[in-house]
Amino acid sequence: MQHEDLLPRDTPVALIDKDGATVADEQYALPDAETLQRAYRGLVEGRRINDQAYALVRQGRLAVYPSSHGQEACQVAASMVLGDHDWLFPTYRDSVAVISRGVRPADAMVLLKGDWHSGYDPAEHRVAPQSTPLATQLLHAVGFAQAAKHRGEDTVVLALCGDGSTSEGDFHEALNFAAVFHVPVVFFVQNNEFAISVPLSRQTAAPSLAHKAIGYGMPGQRVDGNDVAALLAVLGEAVDRARSGGGPSLVEAHTYRMQAHTNADDDTRYRDRDEVKAWADRDPLSRMQVFLRAQGLLDDAAQQTIADGAEVIAAALRDALNADSDLDPEDLFRFVTAERSPQLEEQWQLLRGEIERASLTDAGGHR
Amino acid sequence: MTMANDIEIETPHVVGTMTMAAAINRALADAIAEDPDVVVFGEDVGALGGVFRITDGLAERFGEDRCFDTPLAESGIMGTAVGMAMNGMRPVVEMQFDAFALPAFEQVVSHVAKMGNRTRGALRMPIVIRIPFGGGIGGVEHHCDSSEAYYAHTPGLTVLSPSTPQDAYSLLRAAIASPDPVVFLEPKKLYWSKGEVDTSVTADLGTARIAREGTDVTVLAYSAMVPVALEAAEIAASEGRSVQVIDVRSLSPFDDATVTAAVRSTGRAVVVAEAPGYVSVASEIQARVFERCFEYLEAPVRRVTGFDTPFAPPKLEHWYLPDADRVLDAIDSLHWDDEATE
Repeated sequence: MQHEDLLPRDTPVALIDKDGATVADEQYALPDAETLQRAYRGLVEGRRINDQAYALVRQGRLAVYPSSHGQEACQVAASMVLGDHDWLFPTYRDSVAVISRGVRPADAMVLLKGDWHSGYDPAEHRVAPQSTPLATQLLHAVGFAQAAKHRGEDTVVLALCGDGSTSEGDFHEALNFAAVFHVPVVFFVQNNEFAISVPLSRQTAAPSLAHKAIGYGMPGQRVDGNDVAALLAVLGEAVDRARSGGGPSLVEAHTYRMQAHTNADDDTRYRDRDEVKAWADRDPLSRMQVFLRAQGLLDDAAQQTIADGAEVIAAALRDALNADSDLDPEDLFRFVTAERSPQLEEQWQLLRGEIERASLTDAGGHR
Repeated sequence: MTMANDIEIETPHVVGTMTMAAAINRALADAIAEDPDVVVFGEDVGALGGVFRITDGLAERFGEDRCFDTPLAESGIMGTAVGMAMNGMRPVVEMQFDAFALPAFEQVVSHVAKMGNRTRGALRMPIVIRIPFGGGIGGVEHHCDSSEAYYAHTPGLTVLSPSTPQDAYSLLRAAIASPDPVVFLEPKKLYWSKGEVDTSVTADLGTARIAREGTDVTVLAYSAMVPVALEAAEIAASEGRSVQVIDVRSLSPFDDATVTAAVRSTGRAVVVAEAPGYVSVASEIQARVFERCFEYLEAPVRRVTGFDTPFAPPKLEHWYLPDADRVLDAIDSLHWDDEATE
């Protein structure tokens, strides 16, 4: 590969513009109609999940929810480009992508609800656990891919991170390891302009985040992060490259975090409403709706069916989170290690005694 | 610093005298040969065989896909080990020196130690983290630290440190076979010490070893401080005092049963460790002994540890490191006169 081929374009790849009109591209083809219809359904469901989760925080049913409102195209595309045996390594803001892989919405919310640190079996849906340290999961993705390559499997790993994460040392180490060992990993950066309150300009002086790729000897590409068609095309190409032995690559999506970092954040302290409003005009859902209707791929009935489906998911999420959690405090000890030490047995015994006393005094425990 | 070339590694079991370095090399080789999921990697562990030659010959014998060099990045080594373990491998990683393991600390504490718990046991982390540690070899700054307390303080980690070639072999084999993550601290000072090794001997994680029988006082030591404790015991014996030495060897989990029985039998205890004493493994051992043996004690449990200073430069380290004299001084302070006047 020539050095120039590792560089991203000067402007992000776009196939459908903010008004729903197609943009011709010599390199990337528009995905087929069925794929785009499926993607649109994913967008509507993802938006509904984001908004439902946001509401559940306000009702006290979720401790916290880092919303991907506005980033649904990235979430849906990240999931759609992967095959059944591929693995997704998400961040805490990627619940919609996790759910798109087949994880039950309520299981994906276990961390954020506070019931446990993760609520699904990673192997069942090929989704690594979400957790809150930044960029550490990128190295896990690389090691996972190394093991797959070691055994001769054709698994592709897609690793997600945000713009803030690209400043972390583990981002550098992960891309470098992946390139040196030539493993099948796609690094997908959702550049949503903010790391909590700190803007991209304080993270990097590079021309773009995708430009970092050439420093590792891998291709980088930039894509409109609110254009699901372009995301499917660019990420799909990266996944194909990885699967066919072409090694890792870096994709940067230009998108925007429409809401505050979490409910605990106040984004009026660090960004203008005009900026947020400008990004609202570039919404990933509305452009696809306009596009599909213009192409005759979406009518009122289909729109209603999709909306109804999203409502069913939201209702299930609501019901699951409104139900009281069935928590077992003994889980604190159950999984620490496979082989339990006498010290933990002793402390577990102590907790059992407290649980017993609590059940006697207030029928169910006060904790 | 070559020591592993002369080892016979074809026979199923070996009994012979070898250095601790050779015993560790042998354990790695046997584990790689027996389990296709075991991979060894780190910095300079391939062609060079490691800066201490611990991995000597492994890449050549087993191939690049079983023992390999990585980019020079410790968090990268540890983080990729986590990913490999998630995908069914048993990584054995080498951190080149104690202080150079620190860039990997986040991966160790936040993921290696927590992944099994986070996923309710779905993703276990059968990772062994080998770290040459401690002083006594004339190493410059950042090459002689005793960092065991950081790891032992972290729930989810098993922390081991051998003091003999036999334990180095047997404990490392047990560590690699363990479904849980193990931090394996190798005392640099003892790499070239020799001893009998029988590769058919197994060791259980979480157990201490009685290194010397004695009846008057129990000295609890680990790693490079075990030979120091044994030297003190030998001198004490010539002065008519019978010193029992326990090699703690498993810093977490801790073998309360063996240690408690030992101290109750003698009624006196001294804890010896090279690391700074404040908030240390030695403090923890001291506290546990007090809690469990208070009624049996003739005197307070004493600690002999490194000073609460950064590790000494090479030309001053003999002032820093606990030696037999310090141990004997501590033993002498254990209220022997009170007993004599009773």
